[in-house]
Formats: sequence, C-alpha cells, structure tokens
Amino acid sequence: MSGHREVSAVPPVDSTPRSPAPPHVRASAIAAVALGGLIGAPARYGLGVVFPHNPTGHWPVTTFAINIVGAFVLGGLLEALARLGPDSGWRQRARLCVGTGIIGSFTTYSTLAVDTDLLLRGHHPWSAVTYALGTVIVGMVATAAGIGTGAWMTTWREEERR
Amino acid sequence: MMVLWVALAGSAGAVARFVLDGVIRSRCSSEFPWATVVINATGSLLLGVLAGLVLFRGSPGSVQAIVGIGFCGGYTTFSTASFEAVRLIQRQRYRAAAANAFGTLALTVLAGAAGLAVAGW
Repeated sequence: MSGHREVSAVPPVDSTPRSPAPPHVRASAIAAVALGGLIGAPARYGLGVVFPHNPTGHWPVTTFAINIVGAFVLGGLLEALARLGPDSGWRQRARLCVGTGIIGSFTTYSTLAVDTDLLLRGHHPWSAVTYALGTVIVGMVATAAGIGTGAWMTTWREEERR
Repeated sequence: MMVLWVALAGSAGAVARFVLDGVIRSRCSSEFPWATVVINATGSLLLGVLAGLVLFRGSPGSVQAIVGIGFCGGYTTFSTASFEAVRLIQRQRYRAAAANAFGTLALTVLAGAAGLAVAGW
C-alpha cells in the first residue's frame, strides 16, 4: 500500500472504506497488546510461585497446565470472534488485548523448550520426551476443544436470540 | 515489586512478538506460520542463554525472573503456535501441520540447548 492517499476527481466505485494500516504499526493496536501483556506474564509468574517446579527430573506440571489452558482459551476466543463478525472494531481490540496480549504472554514456548533441555541435560530423557511431546499433542487437542466450544457458544447464542 | 517488573517485561515481550509477527507476515505471504516459528525459536535461544548464565555463571535469579519469565515468556507463545497448527489441520494440510507442530518443538529445543551451551562456555 502506498504511503499517501491519492486525490482523485472521480469517486471510488467501491464505497467500502479503505483498509486502515495493518495493526502492527497502529499505536492503538500496540497499546491493546501491551495492556494484555501486563496481565498474562505476571499471572504465569504468580502461578509458578504458588506451584513451584521441582527441577530434579520432575515434569514441569505448572507450565504444562498453563500452556494447555491457554491453548483451549485462545482456540475458543478466536473461533468465537471470527463467528461474531469481521476482524475490526471491538472484535479486533478483544483479539489483540485478550488473545495476543493476555493469552499470548500467559502461555510460553521458551520455558517449554528450555525445561525440556534441562530434563535432557539432567539425564531424564523419558520425562523430557513425554513432557515436550505431551504438551504439543495435548495442546492441539485443547485448541481443537476450544475451537469447538467457541463455535458451540456462538451458535447457542444465536439460537437464544431467535 | 518483582511481579511489577515481570509485568512490564512481559508487556514488552508481547509487543515485540506482535510487531515482529506483523513485519514477517507483511514480507512472507506463505500460509505456513513462519513468524511464530521464528519468534519461538529466537525466544528459546535467549532463554537458554539466560538460564545458562544463572545455572553455570551464578547470575542473579532476579534477571532470570524479569528477562526470562517476563520478556521471553511474553515474547514466545505456545497458544498461538498450537492454534496455527490446528488451523492447518482444519484446512487438511496435515503434513504442514505436523511439520509446524513438531518442527517448532524440535527447533526451539535445539535453540534452547544452543543458548545453554553458549552460556556454559
């Protein structure tokens, strides 16, 4: 897209508004993500303090639960928002603040990867493999369950309206 | 007090992910979600270095909490990676979905190991 708006004597045939700048360069969109990030990461930190991980060969249960719950909620949120209408206005703000910001920073891939490395280094290959593969596979099942739940909730809401 | 720093670092990480994701998507029109792969691999590399500095070099744990749990955790994301893999399955792109899900796992574990190795030198 060109950086300046063209001035034309002929009005555009297509009366739909010009698509705005992509979200990642819009201050309001970045602010929505920043706001959500203020909530997600400390929530994960707090859960780690309350349910600490014993690093000697044990499964990182807390991080596993965080990632699975986050995967379920993100699936439900994105599916429900997509069914409610186009990605603009309040739906886009909700997607960016709650989805990208809160859930995106609540869940973590770096801790999953490095905890797996530390299990491997500590000669716990079975824990490492079951933890890593278990998170990815159960995570996809949780995402699919979340998508199904989001779809069901929006359908149910439509039926209630009738 | 620590939770406030983790919140600020997590917010910065989430914004870094959002902007980088947008930049990569605007340059790479592939249906395969490369942006999330790059973000999760680079974040795992950084967390590996940090964890290694704490484990092998006695760096303070507060750095690990703020930069590791806050920034790296806010920057990398599991939920989006999982969602993108499931979307590929929904489009019946099963090989791409498997490559995305298990390739990301392998790549991030390698990146984390490389980070730990770098810090151990």
